[in-house]
Amino acid sequence: MTRRQLPHDTPSRSFRAVAYLPVLAPEMATPRSPSRAPARARPRPVPSLVQLRRPEVRFRFLDALWIQVTGTHCNIACRHCFISCGPKADQIPMMSTGQVEEALEEGRSLGMRQVYFTGGEPFLHPQLPHMVRAALRLAPLTIVTNGLLVDAAAVRMILEESQRTRYSLDLRLSLDGTTQEENDRVRGRGTFEKVLETLRRLGRAGLSPVVAVVEHEGVVRAESRERFRQLVRELGIDRPRVQFLPLFRMGREMRRTHGYHDLGLLASAPLLSEVESRLPCATGRAVTSQGVYTCPMLVEHGSARVGERLAGSLHPIRLNWDTCQTCMLDGMNGGN
Amino acid sequence: MRAAFFGEVHGNWIALEAAMRDARARGAEAMYCLGDVVGFGPYPDRSIELLRERAVATVQGEHDDAVGNERPISSACYTNPGEERLARRDHAYTLAKISAGHRPWLAALPRRISFEHQDVRYLLVHGSPRRQDEQLWESATPDDLLEMLARDADADVVVCSHTGLHWQAALPSGRLIVNAGALARPANDGSRRVWYAFLDTGAEEPFSFVPLEYDCERLAAEMRAEKLPAQFVEAILTGFWTTGLDMLPVKERLRGRH
Repeated sequence: MTRRQLPHDTPSRSFRAVAYLPVLAPEMATPRSPSRAPARARPRPVPSLVQLRRPEVRFRFLDALWIQVTGTHCNIACRHCFISCGPKADQIPMMSTGQVEEALEEGRSLGMRQVYFTGGEPFLHPQLPHMVRAALRLAPLTIVTNGLLVDAAAVRMILEESQRTRYSLDLRLSLDGTTQEENDRVRGRGTFEKVLETLRRLGRAGLSPVVAVVEHEGVVRAESRERFRQLVRELGIDRPRVQFLPLFRMGREMRRTHGYHDLGLLASAPLLSEVESRLPCATGRAVTSQGVYTCPMLVEHGSARVGERLAGSLHPIRLNWDTCQTCMLDGMNGGN
Repeated sequence: MRAAFFGEVHGNWIALEAAMRDARARGAEAMYCLGDVVGFGPYPDRSIELLRERAVATVQGEHDDAVGNERPISSACYTNPGEERLARRDHAYTLAKISAGHRPWLAALPRRISFEHQDVRYLLVHGSPRRQDEQLWESATPDDLLEMLARDADADVVVCSHTGLHWQAALPSGRLIVNAGALARPANDGSRRVWYAFLDTGAEEPFSFVPLEYDCERLAAEMRAEKLPAQFVEAILTGFWTTGLDMLPVKERLRGRH
């Protein structure tokens, strides 16, 4: 199969075979209990004459506390999902309300700025309204959703909870094309029309979610921003908000684009401070039912588990995962 | 004690001059500027000269840092390529236009100013006590974080700017966070007025926000004469922001038009 050219492909380099040493401390590299944190098989380091340590990232501030409320449970199975979420995906269980409240409380004591509820699909969680209220007592909240379950009752809940607090309650809603063909190719048949209906519903309620677009195939942020903004406007949202996200070649996406072929960037230690400080692992952590992870992208990787609780998880980490290259490129390009 | 606090000026020397006059009329004994003196507006020297002539204590914003040290502006503050291009173009304009003698002044501005009055410790910063470019929004900054920032900085009152929107929060501990807003452009509320913060330690509510009318038509004319982006001029004249919108938390965003 021919590898597809994607927006985040880097120019090939002559030193592409640079490998790395797995340099995680034992407690970081191995989950406490294999049964609690099933690790995906990691690719073996490529043998090389020169073995370099991957760049280190110092943790700065808890700007983003990601809480994976529904684990890998999702009502759809996007082909480009960087985890492997889906209706039958139970490798990471849902979090209990107690676990979420505990994470929030710990985040509060550590100076969190912003909470994100993610999954899977957060609106599958039966206790979501309760958890939303708990989060908004402490901090602004963004719910990362595919939008398919945001029905009239959900919109009412968002409006009510939003009015109850001085903090922003935001939705980040996925849409990966401005046509059915472009979107449904990766998100599944019928999702385009359903998401458009959700956007119309939100628009009628005076809400404006962030429309999150993954750069896949022909979707390139520099060229696509205006057509997405235009579509959102046409759906009745007069203050369109569009955010582009890079494509992470991991999780289910691995089946399409087969991971990373050139890891040259990850050999370029040390990182520029401006790039390092923008990496998600410098300013955030992801909490799941199975512990705390470096970032929301790596929650399926046991090796990325950095602790049982937030407080013990804010140490420096090394960019030991191939997908870290995508964040580095995004940081170098200024993000969004 | 009465004092005035001017948030981002961004070259709006006409509003700065009007604010200084207004503050003096209200009995201000001291005036402070919270940084980002330059960038976006016309004739960068004029705002600097107003501040220097009157020895207004000024903290450094990230634009002052970039211009003063002739560095590129940080792309962290821009959320889409179009706006970043505008900002870079504007940065080049400022660098070309500013008198060489003012750059060292910008480069040497302190990142924080603190003083004590009647046992209350005040700290003035551009963004936050820990980061020059951190944005403290009303709807997106948890009380517990504000407490932590003030406590770690040994301050009872933190006065900041960098968001363009004024607000204040009295924290459960009794500490106070005041975002002075901006003189650079209106508060995205459809009014042409700009805002600054005023402290009167004898008043029941020590900090208040002052809406300021100024000759924005003149500013717009100068911006056009200097070929500054039409989007910037539109914001000055309509009172609604046309750029920087993606940074706004959703509550603040939904208050504006765009």
